[in-house]
Amino acid sequence: MFDGASVVQALQDCGVTHVVWIPDSDIGRWETELRAAPHMQLLRVCREGEAIALAAGLKLGGKSPVVLIQCTGLFEAGDTLRNILHDLHVPLFLLIGVRSYRAHQRGESTDSCPVFTEPIVRAWQIPYVLLDERHAPADITAAYRRANAKDESFAVLLAE
Amino acid sequence: MMTLREALEVVALHRGQRIVVATMSSAGEWPKWSDTPLDFIYIPSAMGQAPSLGLGLALAQPERGVLVLNGDGCTLMNLGCLVTLAHHPANVFLLIVENGLYEVTGGQPTAGAGRVDFAELSRAAGIGRVYRFDRADAWRDGAAEALSGPGPVVVCLNVEGRVGQKTPKAPRPMSEQIARLRNGLGFSPS
Repeated sequence: MFDGASVVQALQDCGVTHVVWIPDSDIGRWETELRAAPHMQLLRVCREGEAIALAAGLKLGGKSPVVLIQCTGLFEAGDTLRNILHDLHVPLFLLIGVRSYRAHQRGESTDSCPVFTEPIVRAWQIPYVLLDERHAPADITAAYRRANAKDESFAVLLAE
Repeated sequence: MMTLREALEVVALHRGQRIVVATMSSAGEWPKWSDTPLDFIYIPSAMGQAPSLGLGLALAQPERGVLVLNGDGCTLMNLGCLVTLAHHPANVFLLIVENGLYEVTGGQPTAGAGRVDFAELSRAAGIGRVYRFDRADAWRDGAAEALSGPGPVVVCLNVEGRVGQKTPKAPRPMSEQIARLRNGLGFSPS
């Protein structure tokens, strides 16, 4: 399971310097720990495309950011993702909350977010893994380190 | 009103050792004034995202500072960036070239052309240092103050629109630009 303290620890273990985010009702619960993290800066933006571009600037400037957003913001940020990942070839690590995923799996939600998230991530040619309650923050650490070693973008989809 | 050439000539005199991120119509003209590794011609771009990219660079390189040459059309695409710039103070100098046109697509008017006040929008977003220059002589006289000191700073420049311009091209491939920028920032080639 994921909570603010363990996710912050996982990101700090990876050497992440900045978390660029717009919260949703799940990942928003991590805010206290993210704000208090001694070695990471939490950067708030107004829209998710901004988060992608800001993180790219940080990366070009030598820092190690991650982007933490909801899938709805992923949908909005498409052109910026295309440009940063595929025109500029600046690799980014994305943590994306998938709204209603668990309810959708149980057949209890008509929210279309779970229907479109994985196809959209595949369409943008971003390697990804979907993590749910069977996984642990160590899986985020492992994914980050793999992506970093390959110098490639990666998305961790977090089942909400 | 001033020409784009007059506007950029003054920027070139005052940019110092800062990174310059140039986009839209400025991207086509800026290499005539400066073409160092710290001049990043953001083509191809995600329209509207140059200020956010510049903010990231400025936060990563706080001692250096970043000038972003933006258009009014692309500022309209990402007005939230003004709030974000104000919320995370960094040495970003956002220059908004106001010509009321989507110049790179041939010169179609932007929504709100002639009515939108980007200086007031910037102040309302929380940016403390905002300047507006409507004439070239005023810009020459005021640039030293506007482009010095701590950011964030927004400078609105009233520039003549040009209809029928060709779409600007980058002076070199993006991969080469990125390598040059990283080298200019002191990073070894990856």
